[in-house]
Amino acid sequence: MTVFDFIFYLFAITVVTAGLLTVVSKNPVHSVLWLILAFLSSAGLFVLLGAEFVAMLLIIVYVGAVAVLFLFVVMMLDVDFAELKGEMAKYMPLALLMGVIILMQLALAFGVWEQSDKAAGLRAAVTPDITETHNTAALGMLIYDDYILPFQLAGLILLVAMIGAIVLTLRHRTDIKRQDILAQMYRDPAKAMELKDVKPGQGL
Amino acid sequence: MTEADFNTVLPEVVLAVFSMAALLYGAYGGKDKTAPILVWITSAIMVAIALWIGVNGAGVQTGFGGMIVNDAFSRFAKVTILLSGAAVLLMSESYLAKRDLLRFEYPLLVALATVGMMIMVSAGDLMALYMGLELQSLALYVVAALRRDSVKSTEAGLKYFVLGALSSGMLLYGASLVYGYSGTTLFSGIIQTANAGEISLGLLFGLVFLITGLAFKVSAVPFHMWTPDVYEGSPTPVTAFFATAPKVAAMGLFARLLFDAFGGVTGDWGQVIALLSVASMFLGAFAAIGQRNIKRLMAYSSIAHMGFALMGLAAGTAGGVQAMLIYMAIYVTMNIGTFAFILSMERDGAPVTDIESLNQLSKHEPLKALAMLVLLFSLAGVPPLVGFFGKFYVLKAAVDANMAWLAVAGVVASVIGAFYYLRIVFYMYFGEEGNGIDGQMAPIAWAMLMVSAAIMVVGVINLFGIEALAATAADALVK
Repeated sequence: MTVFDFIFYLFAITVVTAGLLTVVSKNPVHSVLWLILAFLSSAGLFVLLGAEFVAMLLIIVYVGAVAVLFLFVVMMLDVDFAELKGEMAKYMPLALLMGVIILMQLALAFGVWEQSDKAAGLRAAVTPDITETHNTAALGMLIYDDYILPFQLAGLILLVAMIGAIVLTLRHRTDIKRQDILAQMYRDPAKAMELKDVKPGQGL
Repeated sequence: MTEADFNTVLPEVVLAVFSMAALLYGAYGGKDKTAPILVWITSAIMVAIALWIGVNGAGVQTGFGGMIVNDAFSRFAKVTILLSGAAVLLMSESYLAKRDLLRFEYPLLVALATVGMMIMVSAGDLMALYMGLELQSLALYVVAALRRDSVKSTEAGLKYFVLGALSSGMLLYGASLVYGYSGTTLFSGIIQTANAGEISLGLLFGLVFLITGLAFKVSAVPFHMWTPDVYEGSPTPVTAFFATAPKVAAMGLFARLLFDAFGGVTGDWGQVIALLSVASMFLGAFAAIGQRNIKRLMAYSSIAHMGFALMGLAAGTAGGVQAMLIYMAIYVTMNIGTFAFILSMERDGAPVTDIESLNQLSKHEPLKALAMLVLLFSLAGVPPLVGFFGKFYVLKAAVDANMAWLAVAGVVASVIGAFYYLRIVFYMYFGEEGNGIDGQMAPIAWAMLMVSAAIMVVGVINLFGIEALAATAADALVK
């Protein structure tokens, strides 16, 4: 076993264990922390594959932003997770059975794993030669050139998501005081305050 | 990206840019006060783009390395989608305005959903397919929950969202299997690896998952469970939209995927589609019998109709695709008219949906009742109305493809299904005098109802020539 094999198994086992603990932890905050561990270890796996850009992306986007957001949501939402878990336990045996059946069926398919003869050629055709280009540069070229259309469509989807969130949740309340910055800026000191000469010992 | 690439998606780009500009105008130019004008402008632009595509398009153009295919098939589907979307948008304006639901985002979301649908029907790549599908679905989830203060509407939105996410998951899983086994996401590449006799089992698995995901979107049995609840809970104009353009887009996408990527193994998927088709026709026919709510009834009716459209696909021939396209065009026209009427069903200003409220409609509103009679007969497939020809074409395609059993099943299901359409007619003409409906129809909805009913009668002469157009479209798809 080379050192790379050892590192691979280390990361792989960590991912699977962390994934399992994400699902079974009683405390939702712990779940999120386990999830972060799973993300970090899979980033390690990507580094082993030589895809360092994807690894960094996983850490920056998923650990840095998504997981932290999860943490906030979990802490702020008043959801009774114990009750949800109880609900889940009720359906567990059936769900487990189905899971096992699907796994067996897929195992049947993988048993006769056989790619099309042309598959290897087709797969290599889209990517630049790995020995000549850095994989970050290769990704950039693919995303912003060959795959510009899906990339822009993804942007449109995010726009729809944003519009949707606003349409469904924004309520304009009329019974609250709002800050009017212009009004604040144009306040005239002469009108806003009055100077009074208070004599000592007399008061106003 | 070259200019030629850009030209293949120009109509989509125009519509997308328009929606973004309109979004800015709506946000800064008076919020919901701008909604009526935006509805009109959006519809006008959609009709204009439909004319532009219909008149200008010719030949086959591919763009973005084959990711977008612009051929007669996609043009036929796009024109149908754009025209039906514009029609639904126009007739929904007064309904939404009356119930204080006319937000300026509504026309924009419909426009963006339409962009997604246009991408769907011209997708030549699994990624473009998924992006188009998600763009469409996400916009639809939002409009389903448009009446956000009503429990039913939010439930509809949430249910649609959760089940839609599940179906997207299946679709993606299938797409990943297909990519894994064939080595490419391009349909033109997949078809080289999926030949009859040597298709690998993994690729078949992927295909089945893809079909499952798409069957959810066209609400084919057994993936139909969301349809009645979503149709019932959404605001009626949104239901009308769900029943028309997205169905055309999903069927178009279905056909494109099956023929462009898996055209070499028609026999393998033909049986799956045939099963979906039979199950949808029968469930749609039986389940609607017990329905008293017209929106739920239309949901089951749409399930049954999707079964008939799938029958055309199951045939696996150019004739079958042609029949499917004709069927969808007729189905959309009938549904626009029927929903224009359903929009006007109200008593004392509140919308009603139970079919008993239609009792004796023929006495109070003879013209509307007559138009509905024509539409319902056409939905049931009674000759000589246009709806009959839609069914006739798919049945003929099934028989020509040596699937006579499928055609027989279709005829039986259509006879059973006729019962619930005819029951509404019975209520309208011979029902007991009771609590009727008293709503006034908005002029546009009235016009839609009458035009659509007139088409059902006049169309029998030559189907307005869509037969030849659909044949060209089918030939472009099935090589």
